[in-house]
Amino acid sequence: MLGRMASSPTTDAPSAGARGQGWDFSDVTHSDATLRRFLHGLPGVDQVGADARAAALGTRSIKTTAKAFAIDLAIRMVDLTTLEGADTAGKVRALASKAMRPDPSDPTCPATAAVCVYPDMVATARQTLGTSGVHVAAVATAFPSGRAALDIKLADTRDAVEAGADEIDMVIDRGAFLSGRYLQVFEEIVAVREACGGAHLKVIFETGELQTYDNVRRASWLAMMAGGHFIKTSTGKVQPAATLPVTMIMLEAVRDFREATGRMVGVKPAGGIRSSKDAIKYLVVVNEVAGNDWLDPDWFRFGASTLLNDLLMQRTKMRTGRYSGPDYFTLD
Amino acid sequence: MNAAPSARIDVRKTYKLYIGGAFPRSESGHSYAVHDTKGAFVANAALASRKDARDAVTAARKAFPGWSGRTAYNRAQILYRVAEVMEDRRPQFLEAVRQSEGLSAARAEKAVDEAIDRLVWYAGWADKITQVVGNANPVAGPFFNLSTAEPTGVVAVLAPQTSSLLGLIHVVAPAVVTGNTAVVVSSYERPLPAVTFAEVLATSDVPGGVVNILTGSAATIGPWLASHMDVNGIDLTGIAGDTDLATALEVAAADNLKRVRRPPTAEPDWTLDPGTGPMTAFLETKTVWHPIGV
Amino acid sequence: MVTDKNAAGTAATTEETGDHEMKSNVFTYAPAPESRSIVDIKASYGLFVNGEFVDGAGKAFKTINPATEEVLAEVAEADEADVDRAVKAARRAYDRVWSKLSGRERAKYLYRIARIIQERSRELAVLESIDNGKPIKESRDVDVPIVAAHFFYYAGWADKLEYSGYGGGNPQPLGVAGQIIPWNFPLLMLAWKIAPALACGNTVVLKPAETTPLTALLFAEICQQADLPPGVVNIITGAGETGRALVSHPDVDKVAFTGSTDVGKAIARAVAGTEKKMTLELGGKAANIVFDDAPIDQAVEGIVDGIFFNQGHVCCAGSRLLVQESVADELLERLKRRMATLRVGDPLDKNTDIGAINSAEQLERIRELSAVGDAEGAERWSPPGDLPQHGFWFPPTIFTGVSQAHRIAREEIFGPVLSVLTFRTPAEAVEKANNTPYGLSAGVWTDKGSRILKIANELRAGVVWANTFNKFDPTSPFGGYKESGHGREGGRHGLEGYLK
Repeated sequence: MLGRMASSPTTDAPSAGARGQGWDFSDVTHSDATLRRFLHGLPGVDQVGADARAAALGTRSIKTTAKAFAIDLAIRMVDLTTLEGADTAGKVRALASKAMRPDPSDPTCPATAAVCVYPDMVATARQTLGTSGVHVAAVATAFPSGRAALDIKLADTRDAVEAGADEIDMVIDRGAFLSGRYLQVFEEIVAVREACGGAHLKVIFETGELQTYDNVRRASWLAMMAGGHFIKTSTGKVQPAATLPVTMIMLEAVRDFREATGRMVGVKPAGGIRSSKDAIKYLVVVNEVAGNDWLDPDWFRFGASTLLNDLLMQRTKMRTGRYSGPDYFTLD
Repeated sequence: MNAAPSARIDVRKTYKLYIGGAFPRSESGHSYAVHDTKGAFVANAALASRKDARDAVTAARKAFPGWSGRTAYNRAQILYRVAEVMEDRRPQFLEAVRQSEGLSAARAEKAVDEAIDRLVWYAGWADKITQVVGNANPVAGPFFNLSTAEPTGVVAVLAPQTSSLLGLIHVVAPAVVTGNTAVVVSSYERPLPAVTFAEVLATSDVPGGVVNILTGSAATIGPWLASHMDVNGIDLTGIAGDTDLATALEVAAADNLKRVRRPPTAEPDWTLDPGTGPMTAFLETKTVWHPIGV
Repeated sequence: MVTDKNAAGTAATTEETGDHEMKSNVFTYAPAPESRSIVDIKASYGLFVNGEFVDGAGKAFKTINPATEEVLAEVAEADEADVDRAVKAARRAYDRVWSKLSGRERAKYLYRIARIIQERSRELAVLESIDNGKPIKESRDVDVPIVAAHFFYYAGWADKLEYSGYGGGNPQPLGVAGQIIPWNFPLLMLAWKIAPALACGNTVVLKPAETTPLTALLFAEICQQADLPPGVVNIITGAGETGRALVSHPDVDKVAFTGSTDVGKAIARAVAGTEKKMTLELGGKAANIVFDDAPIDQAVEGIVDGIFFNQGHVCCAGSRLLVQESVADELLERLKRRMATLRVGDPLDKNTDIGAINSAEQLERIRELSAVGDAEGAERWSPPGDLPQHGFWFPPTIFTGVSQAHRIAREEIFGPVLSVLTFRTPAEAVEKANNTPYGLSAGVWTDKGSRILKIANELRAGVVWANTFNKFDPTSPFGGYKESGHGREGGRHGLEGYLK
């Protein structure tokens, strides 16, 4: 089914362009009709089977050395997030400090991948993070609803990039997607991607609104064909946010997309992942569905605010052999 | 019969086998004399051989997909049609049963009426048995799960030796109403009502091969049917009382694990309600699962 | 295939202080062994007759852990006299106690048993994995929970039998049931046999398989804990001779057997000419049909579940993959990729997907039939990876280029070996699927609803899994057409075999 697309054995860097890589979707993306035919021609997803598979992977027992590995990896994959109306410069500075040194008492504790803020907070975050290597991610495009005119979404994006964002987390127009205007969604992603310049683009589907796994698979292909570097489940503002099976469907999509095109796309579940146990389940799914190559902060992220502290507590437990408590970790 | 010169000489019927919708003589060329209960010669019947049995199984197998694939409503109508035609030929059956079983006119009448009525009863089961023996299963998970009855396949039927028509209906109708096809061995000494019944089947929209009727000996043909690897079930009712033969046939039937309906110790009272057992003996339960999701 | 380097046989350590390098992004699952300390395996076991453990007259035999070949215990072998004692105990319990007890009271015993199974579930799971070789994740998440559910389900029938549709509104028990179960799901098959028998008011003499007697003997202890009246359940251990004695015992009213078709035929011959009622659950060579519009990732999972669940020691295993030619290459590529993630090794490791083959004898059979597959020109593939040094192991294996004429497409291998065939049209798929003396189960994968119903109608099999595979539930009847057996177990239909 996917075999007719040219395949290249190499994986290119996430910054590589969406075109000119030896694969070409122009025959698919030139009209709503062709795009629809393609997306609806993807293999279906049986919900019950997918849920069962994800649940089965969730029963893997990750202990001792494997757990230590997973916890450090998970910390490195966190996009430490604050997306509140009440966000202030002080809050964002505190968050950025924590991202750089999650456990001040332990220099071996790795930094998170990024902090994730609204565009107007990018400059503050950038200033605090400096050259630490922790990225600044900004939600843009009229996050979280995406209900604004395209030029406003593009302006929102440029604004964040100009303020120093390394990564843009955009939302797709779910209304357009659900009413079958796939080309509009596609073109919007392409436009935002152009507005990103050198910044990486994460495309948020809000899978809780897309509802079906078939839709998640279609949205994944749509975003990947449009050049998104990452596909992301949710804004965190809609329930359900990230789930293990939805993330699994997206990991299958990036796996199949690389198989077909040679290009690797990252995956970011966001919202609802609060415990180390949950995070480890996701890493197991990454490992067994997409494979080792995705077990890297460049290719897999957790969008989360409270997960980090649980990871730190577990990490301390692994190190000291006793259970820790929230008083020993910063609340930011 | 009066041989007065003015009297007309009647045209007698040749009693033949009924295989695949046709009326062949036995391939063996053998026949045997059939007498009434007082010992008077009535007719010669074809003596079915093992090869006739083999041919009948082939015909029944060929007819199975079509017959089992028909709607239950259609099978019901066809069986009801058989009853209609029997009613139409009631005098002929009365005479045949009276002659074969030595019954009084009144008792023959009762046997024929009961046979026709029982057939009507079975016809009505066609589109109900699945509802009675099947059901949905509330499994502990997101699955649609339904158990339904399906016919077993080709069923060999050894028909009762005493009750030549009513007993025959009691074993043939439950097998075929659910979609099985049948190879029937009639009563040995009283085969003629079965042949007349075959003639009714041939003129009642029953597709050829659905019911095949062999006149002859259950002891001779039975072992071939019991060991036949393309027969799925066997009804041993016709050898009631012969435990040695019944055991031998059940042992032979194990070669391909046929469904076996064991014989009663003696022929039962055929006027009683038989229940669903004669039908369920040759039904399989199929359970289909499907996920429930969006 | 991922091999557990610390495979079978290592003592259960819950913590490990290893200092692995963790710079790479290779996520190596550390051993996660379930503790063995929960089970207490005795040095020797007797027979469970009339509520007590007694010595057997036959020669004791050993049961081993197939993952390590370690001897677990000596088990008594019941000879003809022992079988007779057990049947007599069952008859006495039937006459004096069990047949006089109301359904409502019988139900409470079954509920008690169900609860004790839940309470001792981990112990049962660990013991099952040790004696059988199946992964703990299956014994823990599949076998034992369904065992408890089975007793719960049939407990509820005990006082409702007049509503079952059987026995003309006034159903009666048969008497003493002789039951013989196989080694692939020792405890689950015990539940399938004992729960409906007891619910319907029968008493039982059950013989577990000679390679897996331990959980049945633990179940005997559970019967004691439940205060089940002596003789209602009797467990006799032994091999073929013991089983033969049980089947042919004149005071047995019902024979229930799960196992090979050959033995099933022998049993059918043995009960011929008697009044004994018979239920047989025998072999299979199920087709798993994948159409080109199937939900492909779930189909791959279904194929994997279908043939690698329980090392393929499953009578209803989807051992013949029939894949539509147009999607065959892609499907096989996905299947192979998936197979490479299967973890083979220590059955007690919680991450093990494929455990040990149950016995040396079974391993030999799998090897032999696989060699036939090679000789007949089919192409064998297994994911790379080493197998443990000790114990009985066979890697997950597929044979491609198989046709209906190949022995590996016709004979039940009863191991983790899949034969792959292709088809072009729905009619061809059905024809190939039905072209077997068996008829236990079948699978069909397609996103087209009307096609599912059509194919499901045409498949001659007792269980059809559409867009799923190897699902079991106490409410769902199970059993085959043709040479796959007689009768159904499970669900309302499962009562029929224990009532008159």
